Amino acid sequence: MSGVEQMWRVHVDPTRCIGSGICAGIAPGHFVLVGGLSRPVAERVAPDDALLDAAESCPMEAVVVSEGDGLRRIAPEP
Amino acid sequence: MTEAPETIIPQRYPFSDPVRLDLDPRYARLRREQPLTRVRMPFGEPAWLATRHADVRTVLGDPRFSRAASVGRDEPRNTPRRMQAGILEMDPPEHTRLRRLVAKAFTARRVEQLRPRTRQVADELVDGMLAAGPPADLVEHLATPLPIRVICDLLGVPVTDQDRFHTWSEAIVSTTSLTGEQAQQYVDNLLAYMGELIARRHEEPTDDLLGAMVRARDADDRLDAEEVVRLAAGLLAAGHETTVSQIPNFVYVLLTRPEEWARLRADPQLVPNAVEELMRFVPLGASSAFARYALEDVELGGVLVRAGEPVVVSIPSANRDETVFVEPDRLDLTRQSNPHLGFGHGVHHCVGAQLARMELQVVLETLIDRTPGLRLAVPESALTWKSGLLVRGPVALPVAW
Repeated sequence: MSGVEQMWRVHVDPTRCIGSGICAGIAPGHFVLVGGLSRPVAERVAPDDALLDAAESCPMEAVVVSEGDGLRRIAPEP
Repeated sequence: MTEAPETIIPQRYPFSDPVRLDLDPRYARLRREQPLTRVRMPFGEPAWLATRHADVRTVLGDPRFSRAASVGRDEPRNTPRRMQAGILEMDPPEHTRLRRLVAKAFTARRVEQLRPRTRQVADELVDGMLAAGPPADLVEHLATPLPIRVICDLLGVPVTDQDRFHTWSEAIVSTTSLTGEQAQQYVDNLLAYMGELIARRHEEPTDDLLGAMVRARDADDRLDAEEVVRLAAGLLAAGHETTVSQIPNFVYVLLTRPEEWARLRADPQLVPNAVEELMRFVPLGASSAFARYALEDVELGGVLVRAGEPVVVSIPSANRDETVFVEPDRLDLTRQSNPHLGFGHGVHHCVGAQLARMELQVVLETLIDRTPGLRLAVPESALTWKSGLLVRGPVALPVAW
Protein backbone atom coordinates (compact mmCIF):
# COMPACT_ATOMS: atom_id res chain seq x y z
CA MET A 1 0.00 0.00 0.00
CA SER A 2 1.38 3.37 -0.89
CA GLY A 3 1.37 6.11 1.74
CA VAL A 4 -0.95 8.46 -0.11
CA GLU A 5 -4.23 6.68 0.71
CA GLN A 6 -3.33 6.49 4.36
CA MET A 7 -2.71 10.21 4.67
CA TRP A 8 -5.31 12.79 5.60
CA ARG A 9 -5.51 16.32 4.27
CA VAL A 10 -6.16 19.17 6.74
CA HIS A 11 -7.46 22.54 5.65
CA VAL A 12 -8.44 25.67 7.61
CA ASP A 13 -10.65 28.05 5.68
CA PRO A 14 -9.14 31.48 6.47
CA THR A 15 -12.36 33.25 5.47
CA ARG A 16 -14.30 31.35 8.15
CA CYS A 17 -11.68 31.06 10.94
CA ILE A 18 -12.29 33.39 13.91
CA GLY A 19 -9.11 32.44 15.76
CA SER A 20 -10.94 30.92 18.74
CA GLY A 21 -7.91 28.71 19.44
CA ILE A 22 -10.14 25.67 19.99
CA CYS A 23 -8.44 23.50 17.32
CA ALA A 24 -4.95 24.46 18.50
CA GLY A 25 -5.93 23.48 22.05
CA ILE A 26 -7.47 20.15 21.05
CA ALA A 27 -4.75 19.13 18.58
CA PRO A 28 -1.73 21.24 19.54
CA GLY A 29 0.70 19.47 17.23
CA HIS A 30 -1.52 20.04 14.22
CA PHE A 31 -2.60 23.69 14.35
CA VAL A 32 -0.81 26.92 15.04
CA LEU A 33 -2.18 30.46 15.30
CA VAL A 34 -0.51 32.85 12.87
CA GLY A 35 -1.61 36.47 12.91
CA GLY A 36 -4.59 35.51 15.07
CA LEU A 37 -5.87 32.81 12.69
CA SER A 38 -5.38 29.06 12.74
CA ARG A 39 -3.24 27.27 10.19
CA PRO A 40 -2.47 23.55 9.88
CA VAL A 41 1.13 22.74 10.77
CA ALA A 42 1.19 20.28 7.85
CA GLU A 43 -1.41 19.87 5.15
CA ARG A 44 -0.92 16.12 4.74
CA VAL A 45 -0.73 14.12 7.94
CA ALA A 46 -1.11 10.61 9.29
CA PRO A 47 -4.63 9.92 10.60
CA ASP A 48 -5.16 11.15 14.15
CA ASP A 49 -8.47 11.25 16.05
CA ALA A 50 -7.53 14.63 17.53
CA LEU A 51 -7.96 16.07 14.02
CA LEU A 52 -11.54 14.81 13.88
CA ASP A 53 -12.18 16.32 17.33
CA ALA A 54 -10.79 19.65 16.12
CA ALA A 55 -12.94 19.66 12.98
CA GLU A 56 -16.09 18.65 14.90
CA SER A 57 -15.47 21.27 17.59
CA CYS A 58 -14.87 24.31 15.38
CA PRO A 59 -17.86 26.65 15.76
CA MET A 60 -17.29 28.02 12.25
CA GLU A 61 -16.74 24.58 10.65
CA ALA A 62 -13.57 26.13 9.26
CA VAL A 63 -11.44 23.01 9.91
CA VAL A 64 -11.96 20.36 7.25
CA VAL A 65 -10.32 16.92 7.26
CA SER A 66 -10.49 14.90 4.06
CA GLU A 67 -8.92 11.81 2.54
CA GLY A 68 -5.43 12.19 1.10
CA ASP A 69 -6.69 12.80 -2.41
CA GLY A 70 -8.85 15.60 -1.02
CA LEU A 71 -12.05 14.19 -2.50
CA ARG A 72 -13.97 12.67 0.39
CA ARG A 73 -14.61 14.76 3.47
CA ILE A 74 -14.06 12.90 6.74
CA ALA A 75 -14.96 15.71 9.18
CA PRO A 76 -16.92 17.69 10.14
CA GLU A 77 -20.02 15.61 9.62
CA PRO A 78 -22.70 17.54 7.74
CA MET B 1 15.40 35.98 36.06
CA THR B 2 13.03 37.56 38.62
CA GLU B 3 12.29 37.36 42.29
CA ALA B 4 10.79 34.11 43.49
CA PRO B 5 7.02 34.58 43.80
CA GLU B 6 6.96 33.78 47.52
CA THR B 7 9.05 36.89 48.23
CA ILE B 8 6.57 39.24 46.52
CA ILE B 9 3.59 40.47 48.53
CA PRO B 10 0.54 39.80 46.36
CA GLN B 11 -2.02 42.54 45.77
CA ARG B 12 -5.62 42.00 46.74
CA TYR B 13 -7.65 41.04 43.67
CA PRO B 14 -9.98 42.19 42.22
CA PHE B 15 -8.27 45.54 42.78
CA SER B 16 -11.55 47.33 43.45
CA ASP B 17 -15.30 46.86 43.46
CA PRO B 18 -16.76 47.28 39.96
CA VAL B 19 -18.09 50.77 39.18
CA ARG B 20 -20.55 50.82 36.27
CA LEU B 21 -18.56 49.51 33.29
CA ASP B 22 -15.35 51.36 34.19
CA LEU B 23 -12.06 49.51 34.08
CA ASP B 24 -9.65 50.00 36.99
CA PRO B 25 -6.72 52.17 35.76
CA ARG B 26 -4.28 49.77 37.43
CA TYR B 27 -4.64 47.38 34.48
CA ALA B 28 -3.12 49.89 32.03
CA ARG B 29 -0.14 50.39 34.36
CA LEU B 30 0.33 46.65 34.85
CA ARG B 31 0.25 45.99 31.08
CA ARG B 32 3.06 48.54 30.72
CA GLU B 33 5.14 47.78 33.78
CA GLN B 34 4.35 44.36 35.20
CA PRO B 35 2.29 42.25 32.81
CA LEU B 36 2.40 39.28 35.16
CA THR B 37 1.84 40.26 38.75
CA ARG B 38 1.17 38.44 42.01
CA VAL B 39 -2.39 38.65 43.34
CA ARG B 40 -4.44 37.16 46.12
CA MET B 41 -8.12 36.60 45.47
CA PRO B 42 -10.64 36.59 48.37
CA PHE B 43 -10.08 32.83 48.83
CA GLY B 44 -7.48 30.26 47.81
CA GLU B 45 -3.77 30.35 47.15
CA PRO B 46 -1.96 33.36 45.63
CA ALA B 47 -1.77 33.47 41.83
CA TRP B 48 -0.21 35.22 38.90
CA LEU B 49 -2.46 37.69 37.07
CA ALA B 50 -1.93 38.12 33.30
CA THR B 51 -3.07 41.45 31.84
CA ARG B 52 -1.61 41.60 28.30
CA HIS B 53 -3.48 40.27 25.27
CA ALA B 54 -0.66 37.94 24.16
CA ASP B 55 -0.14 36.48 27.65
CA VAL B 56 -3.85 36.04 28.30
CA ARG B 57 -4.15 34.20 25.01
CA THR B 58 -1.24 31.94 25.93
CA VAL B 59 -2.68 31.09 29.35
CA LEU B 60 -6.10 30.29 27.87
CA GLY B 61 -4.88 28.56 24.70
CA ASP B 62 -1.58 26.82 25.42
CA PRO B 63 -1.92 23.20 26.60
CA ARG B 64 0.93 23.79 29.07
CA PHE B 65 -1.76 25.54 31.14
CA SER B 66 -4.41 23.23 32.60
CA ARG B 67 -7.82 23.47 34.21
CA ALA B 68 -7.83 19.79 35.23
CA ALA B 69 -4.80 20.46 37.44
CA SER B 70 -6.93 22.81 39.57
CA VAL B 71 -8.82 19.83 40.99
CA GLY B 72 -7.69 19.17 44.54
CA ARG B 73 -5.86 22.49 44.77
CA ASP B 74 -6.80 25.50 46.90
CA GLU B 75 -7.84 27.29 43.73
CA PRO B 76 -7.85 31.11 43.75
CA ARG B 77 -11.53 32.06 43.82
CA ASN B 78 -14.24 34.51 44.85
CA THR B 79 -16.29 32.17 47.03
CA PRO B 80 -15.37 30.40 50.28
CA ARG B 81 -16.17 27.00 48.83
CA ARG B 82 -14.74 25.66 45.62
CA MET B 83 -17.63 24.74 43.33
CA GLN B 84 -17.37 21.76 41.02
CA ALA B 85 -16.93 23.27 37.59
CA GLY B 86 -17.78 20.27 35.39
CA ILE B 87 -16.49 20.74 31.86
CA LEU B 88 -14.59 23.82 33.04
CA GLU B 89 -12.27 21.68 35.12
CA MET B 90 -11.32 19.30 32.30
CA ASP B 91 -8.56 19.29 29.69
CA PRO B 92 -8.57 17.52 26.31
CA PRO B 93 -9.28 14.72 25.56
CA GLU B 94 -11.90 14.34 28.38
CA HIS B 95 -13.04 17.89 27.77
CA THR B 96 -13.32 17.31 24.03
CA ARG B 97 -15.49 14.22 24.42
CA LEU B 98 -18.02 16.13 26.50
CA ARG B 99 -17.89 19.34 24.48
CA ARG B 100 -18.45 17.50 21.19
CA LEU B 101 -21.83 16.43 22.59
CA VAL B 102 -23.10 19.99 22.30
CA ALA B 103 -20.68 21.85 20.00
CA LYS B 104 -22.66 20.86 16.89
CA ALA B 105 -25.77 22.65 18.16
CA PHE B 106 -23.87 25.93 18.46
CA THR B 107 -22.07 26.18 15.11
CA ALA B 108 -22.56 29.37 13.10
CA ARG B 109 -24.59 27.39 10.58
CA ARG B 110 -27.01 25.96 13.14
CA VAL B 111 -27.34 29.29 14.95
CA GLU B 112 -28.34 31.00 11.68
CA GLN B 113 -31.35 28.70 11.55
CA LEU B 114 -32.49 30.15 14.89
CA ARG B 115 -32.27 33.76 13.70
CA PRO B 116 -35.80 34.15 12.22
CA ARG B 117 -37.42 32.74 15.35
CA THR B 118 -35.22 34.94 17.56
CA ARG B 119 -36.30 38.01 15.54
CA GLN B 120 -39.91 37.05 16.08
CA VAL B 121 -39.40 36.67 19.84
CA ALA B 122 -37.57 40.03 20.01
CA ASP B 123 -40.44 41.70 18.14
CA GLU B 124 -43.04 40.25 20.50
CA LEU B 125 -41.04 41.32 23.53
CA VAL B 126 -40.63 44.86 22.17
CA ASP B 127 -44.41 44.95 21.60
CA GLY B 128 -44.78 44.22 25.30
CA MET B 129 -42.26 46.88 26.26
CA LEU B 130 -44.02 49.50 24.11
CA ALA B 131 -47.35 48.60 25.69
CA ALA B 132 -45.90 48.95 29.19
CA GLY B 133 -44.38 52.43 28.78
CA PRO B 134 -42.77 54.78 28.31
CA PRO B 135 -40.90 54.47 30.53
CA ALA B 136 -40.27 50.73 30.66
CA ASP B 137 -37.45 48.57 31.98
CA LEU B 138 -35.47 47.06 29.11
CA VAL B 139 -33.93 44.46 31.44
CA GLU B 140 -37.33 43.11 32.46
CA HIS B 141 -39.05 43.35 29.08
CA LEU B 142 -36.31 42.35 26.65
CA ALA B 143 -32.83 41.56 27.99
CA THR B 144 -33.93 38.88 30.46
CA PRO B 145 -36.71 37.03 28.60
CA LEU B 146 -35.05 36.87 25.17
CA PRO B 147 -31.94 34.78 25.98
CA ILE B 148 -34.00 32.60 28.33
CA ARG B 149 -36.55 31.76 25.64
CA VAL B 150 -33.84 31.07 23.07
CA ILE B 151 -31.81 28.72 25.28
CA CYS B 152 -34.98 26.98 26.53
CA ASP B 153 -36.18 26.39 22.95
CA LEU B 154 -32.78 25.08 21.94
CA LEU B 155 -32.35 22.72 24.90
CA GLY B 156 -35.98 21.70 25.12
CA VAL B 157 -36.58 23.09 28.61
CA PRO B 158 -40.14 24.29 29.30
CA VAL B 159 -39.97 28.09 29.45
CA THR B 160 -42.88 27.96 31.93
CA ASP B 161 -40.43 26.65 34.56
CA GLN B 162 -38.24 29.72 34.20
CA ASP B 163 -39.19 31.29 37.51
CA ARG B 164 -37.54 28.37 39.24
CA PHE B 165 -34.36 27.91 37.25
CA HIS B 166 -33.77 31.63 36.80
CA THR B 167 -33.26 31.93 40.54
CA TRP B 168 -31.00 28.87 40.66
CA SER B 169 -28.87 30.08 37.72
CA GLU B 170 -27.49 32.92 39.79
CA ALA B 171 -25.39 30.37 41.68
CA ILE B 172 -22.94 29.98 38.78
CA VAL B 173 -22.06 33.70 38.67
CA SER B 174 -22.43 34.56 42.34
CA THR B 175 -19.40 35.82 44.27
CA THR B 176 -20.95 37.30 47.43
CA SER B 177 -24.62 37.68 46.43
CA LEU B 178 -25.42 34.22 47.85
CA THR B 179 -24.10 32.38 50.88
CA GLY B 180 -22.12 29.21 50.20
CA GLU B 181 -25.05 27.10 51.43
CA GLN B 182 -27.53 28.94 49.19
CA ALA B 183 -25.28 28.64 46.15
CA GLN B 184 -24.81 24.91 46.73
CA GLN B 185 -28.55 24.46 47.24
CA TYR B 186 -29.31 26.30 43.97
CA VAL B 187 -26.78 24.20 42.05
CA ASP B 188 -28.27 21.02 43.53
CA ASN B 189 -31.77 22.17 42.56
CA LEU B 190 -30.64 22.92 39.02
CA LEU B 191 -28.95 19.51 38.70
CA ALA B 192 -31.99 17.68 40.08
CA TYR B 193 -34.30 19.57 37.72
CA MET B 194 -32.12 18.86 34.70
CA GLY B 195 -31.64 15.24 35.73
CA GLU B 196 -35.42 14.81 35.70
CA LEU B 197 -35.80 16.35 32.23
CA ILE B 198 -33.05 14.11 30.89
CA ALA B 199 -34.45 10.98 32.52
CA ARG B 200 -37.81 11.67 30.87
CA ARG B 201 -36.11 11.71 27.48
CA HIS B 202 -35.04 8.10 27.87
CA GLU B 203 -38.79 7.26 27.80
CA GLU B 204 -39.87 9.88 25.28
CA PRO B 205 -37.11 10.84 22.81
CA THR B 206 -37.15 14.44 21.54
CA ASP B 207 -35.51 16.39 18.72
CA ASP B 208 -34.12 19.13 20.94
CA LEU B 209 -30.56 19.39 22.26
CA LEU B 210 -31.33 17.52 25.49
CA GLY B 211 -32.73 14.69 23.37
CA ALA B 212 -29.59 14.68 21.21
CA MET B 213 -27.39 14.63 24.31
CA VAL B 214 -29.28 11.64 25.68
CA ARG B 215 -28.92 9.76 22.39
CA ALA B 216 -25.20 10.55 22.18
CA ARG B 217 -24.68 9.44 25.77
CA ASP B 218 -26.49 6.15 25.10
CA ALA B 219 -24.27 5.55 22.07
CA ASP B 220 -21.01 6.24 23.93
CA ASP B 221 -20.61 4.64 27.33
CA ARG B 222 -17.42 6.61 27.98
CA LEU B 223 -19.68 9.57 28.77
CA ASP B 224 -20.55 9.88 32.41
CA ALA B 225 -24.29 10.39 32.97
CA GLU B 226 -23.77 12.86 35.79
CA GLU B 227 -21.40 14.94 33.66
CA VAL B 228 -24.03 15.12 30.93
CA VAL B 229 -26.58 16.45 33.44
CA ARG B 230 -24.02 18.93 34.76
CA LEU B 231 -23.22 20.10 31.23
CA ALA B 232 -26.89 20.63 30.37
CA ALA B 233 -27.45 22.55 33.60
CA GLY B 234 -24.37 24.64 32.85
CA LEU B 235 -25.70 25.53 29.39
CA LEU B 236 -29.05 26.59 30.80
CA ALA B 237 -27.48 28.71 33.51
CA ALA B 238 -24.78 30.21 31.28
CA GLY B 239 -27.41 30.99 28.68
CA HIS B 240 -29.09 33.14 31.31
CA GLU B 241 -26.44 35.00 33.14
CA THR B 242 -24.23 36.31 30.37
CA THR B 243 -26.32 37.61 27.46
CA VAL B 244 -28.94 38.80 29.95
CA SER B 245 -26.29 41.20 31.29
CA GLN B 246 -24.60 42.04 27.99
CA ILE B 247 -27.82 43.26 26.31
CA PRO B 248 -28.41 46.09 28.81
CA ASN B 249 -24.66 46.77 28.98
CA PHE B 250 -24.55 47.30 25.21
CA VAL B 251 -27.68 49.47 25.21
CA TYR B 252 -26.34 51.49 28.16
CA VAL B 253 -23.03 52.15 26.35
CA LEU B 254 -24.84 53.25 23.20
CA LEU B 255 -27.45 55.44 24.91
CA THR B 256 -24.83 57.22 27.01
CA ARG B 257 -23.01 58.00 23.72
CA PRO B 258 -25.91 59.33 21.63
CA GLU B 259 -23.66 60.03 18.63
CA GLU B 260 -22.78 56.31 18.47
CA TRP B 261 -26.44 55.28 18.73
CA ALA B 262 -27.22 57.79 15.92
CA ARG B 263 -24.43 56.34 13.79
CA LEU B 264 -25.75 52.81 14.22
CA ARG B 265 -29.31 53.93 13.52
CA ALA B 266 -28.15 55.61 10.32
CA ASP B 267 -26.30 52.49 9.20
CA PRO B 268 -27.78 49.26 10.58
CA GLN B 269 -25.35 47.30 8.38
CA LEU B 270 -22.80 48.21 11.06
CA VAL B 271 -24.56 46.07 13.69
CA PRO B 272 -22.40 42.90 13.40
CA ASN B 273 -19.24 45.01 13.60
CA ALA B 274 -20.71 47.02 16.48
CA VAL B 275 -21.43 43.83 18.42
CA GLU B 276 -17.77 42.78 18.14
CA GLU B 277 -16.62 46.21 19.28
CA LEU B 278 -19.03 46.22 22.21
CA MET B 279 -17.85 42.72 23.19
CA ARG B 280 -14.33 44.15 23.31
CA PHE B 281 -15.22 47.43 25.00
CA VAL B 282 -17.60 46.22 27.73
CA PRO B 283 -15.74 44.63 30.66
CA LEU B 284 -18.42 42.05 31.43
CA GLY B 285 -16.33 40.26 34.05
CA ALA B 286 -16.19 41.86 37.49
CA SER B 287 -13.51 39.43 38.66
CA SER B 288 -11.49 36.50 37.38
CA ALA B 289 -12.25 32.83 37.79
CA PHE B 290 -11.08 29.44 36.56
CA ALA B 291 -7.34 29.75 37.17
CA ARG B 292 -5.09 27.79 34.84
CA TYR B 293 -2.28 25.75 36.42
CA ALA B 294 1.10 25.53 34.71
CA LEU B 295 2.01 21.91 33.92
CA GLU B 296 5.67 22.83 33.39
CA ASP B 297 7.85 25.92 33.87
CA VAL B 298 6.75 28.58 31.36
CA GLU B 299 8.34 31.95 30.68
CA LEU B 300 5.56 34.46 30.39
CA GLY B 301 5.37 38.24 30.54
CA GLY B 302 8.94 38.53 31.78
CA VAL B 303 8.61 36.07 34.66
CA LEU B 304 9.02 32.37 35.13
CA VAL B 305 5.72 30.70 35.97
CA ARG B 306 6.77 27.50 37.67
CA ALA B 307 5.09 24.14 37.24
CA GLY B 308 2.13 23.89 39.61
CA GLU B 309 1.51 27.63 39.94
CA PRO B 310 -1.93 29.06 39.08
CA VAL B 311 -2.49 31.96 36.69
CA VAL B 312 -5.68 34.01 36.41
CA VAL B 313 -6.32 36.34 33.48
CA SER B 314 -8.09 39.65 32.98
CA ILE B 315 -10.00 39.52 29.70
CA PRO B 316 -11.18 43.16 30.05
CA SER B 317 -7.54 44.21 30.36
CA ALA B 318 -6.47 42.12 27.34
CA ASN B 319 -9.24 43.78 25.35
CA ARG B 320 -7.73 47.21 26.08
CA ASP B 321 -4.15 46.24 25.16
CA GLU B 322 -2.70 49.22 23.30
CA THR B 323 -0.23 47.02 21.42
CA VAL B 324 -3.14 45.20 19.77
CA PHE B 325 -5.97 47.76 19.51
CA VAL B 326 -5.68 51.30 18.13
CA GLU B 327 -7.03 53.77 20.72
CA PRO B 328 -8.26 50.92 22.93
CA ASP B 329 -10.26 53.10 25.33
CA ARG B 330 -12.35 54.55 22.51
CA LEU B 331 -15.56 52.86 21.37
CA ASP B 332 -15.20 52.59 17.58
CA LEU B 333 -18.15 50.80 16.01
CA THR B 334 -16.31 50.70 12.68
CA ARG B 335 -13.13 49.12 14.12
CA GLN B 336 -11.73 46.68 11.57
CA SER B 337 -9.00 44.64 13.25
CA ASN B 338 -10.63 43.38 16.44
CA PRO B 339 -9.21 40.12 17.86
CA HIS B 340 -11.00 40.64 21.20
CA LEU B 341 -11.11 37.89 23.80
CA GLY B 342 -14.66 38.63 24.93
CA PHE B 343 -15.65 34.99 24.45
CA GLY B 344 -12.38 33.66 25.86
CA HIS B 345 -9.84 31.64 23.92
CA GLY B 346 -8.69 28.05 23.50
CA VAL B 347 -10.60 24.87 24.25
CA HIS B 348 -12.90 26.58 26.76
CA HIS B 349 -13.82 29.37 24.28
CA CYS B 350 -17.51 30.10 24.92
CA VAL B 351 -19.52 27.33 23.27
CA GLY B 352 -22.47 29.72 22.94
CA ALA B 353 -20.46 32.51 21.28
CA GLN B 354 -22.22 32.33 17.91
CA LEU B 355 -25.62 32.19 19.62
CA ALA B 356 -24.79 35.19 21.81
CA ARG B 357 -23.56 37.14 18.77
CA MET B 358 -26.76 36.40 16.91
CA GLU B 359 -28.97 37.39 19.88
CA LEU B 360 -27.04 40.63 20.43
CA GLN B 361 -27.29 41.48 16.73
CA VAL B 362 -31.02 40.78 16.66
CA VAL B 363 -31.62 42.92 19.76
CA LEU B 364 -29.77 45.93 18.35
CA GLU B 365 -31.43 45.57 14.93
CA THR B 366 -34.87 45.29 16.51
CA LEU B 367 -34.33 48.34 18.73
CA ILE B 368 -33.06 50.41 15.77
CA ASP B 369 -36.11 49.37 13.78
CA ARG B 370 -38.79 49.67 16.44
CA THR B 371 -37.49 52.37 18.82
CA PRO B 372 -35.12 54.66 16.88
CA GLY B 373 -35.68 57.41 19.49
CA LEU B 374 -34.57 55.13 22.34
CA ARG B 375 -33.06 56.98 25.32
CA LEU B 376 -32.48 56.53 29.05
CA ALA B 377 -35.58 57.51 31.03
CA VAL B 378 -33.57 58.37 34.15
CA PRO B 379 -30.28 60.22 34.69
CA GLU B 380 -27.29 57.90 34.29
CA SER B 381 -26.42 58.48 37.95
CA ALA B 382 -29.77 57.00 39.02
CA LEU B 383 -28.99 53.55 37.58
CA THR B 384 -28.12 50.80 40.04
CA TRP B 385 -25.69 48.06 39.13
CA LYS B 386 -25.56 44.40 40.09
CA SER B 387 -23.08 43.49 42.79
CA GLY B 388 -21.72 40.30 44.27
CA LEU B 389 -21.64 38.62 40.86
CA LEU B 390 -18.93 37.59 38.39
CA VAL B 391 -20.67 39.69 35.74
CA ARG B 392 -21.53 43.36 35.56
CA GLY B 393 -24.82 44.81 34.43
CA PRO B 394 -27.50 47.33 35.42
CA VAL B 395 -30.21 45.95 37.72
CA ALA B 396 -32.78 47.81 35.61
CA LEU B 397 -32.51 49.99 32.52
CA PRO B 398 -35.50 52.35 32.35
CA VAL B 399 -35.86 53.61 28.77
CA ALA B 400 -38.18 55.86 26.80
CA TRP B 401 -38.63 56.21 23.01
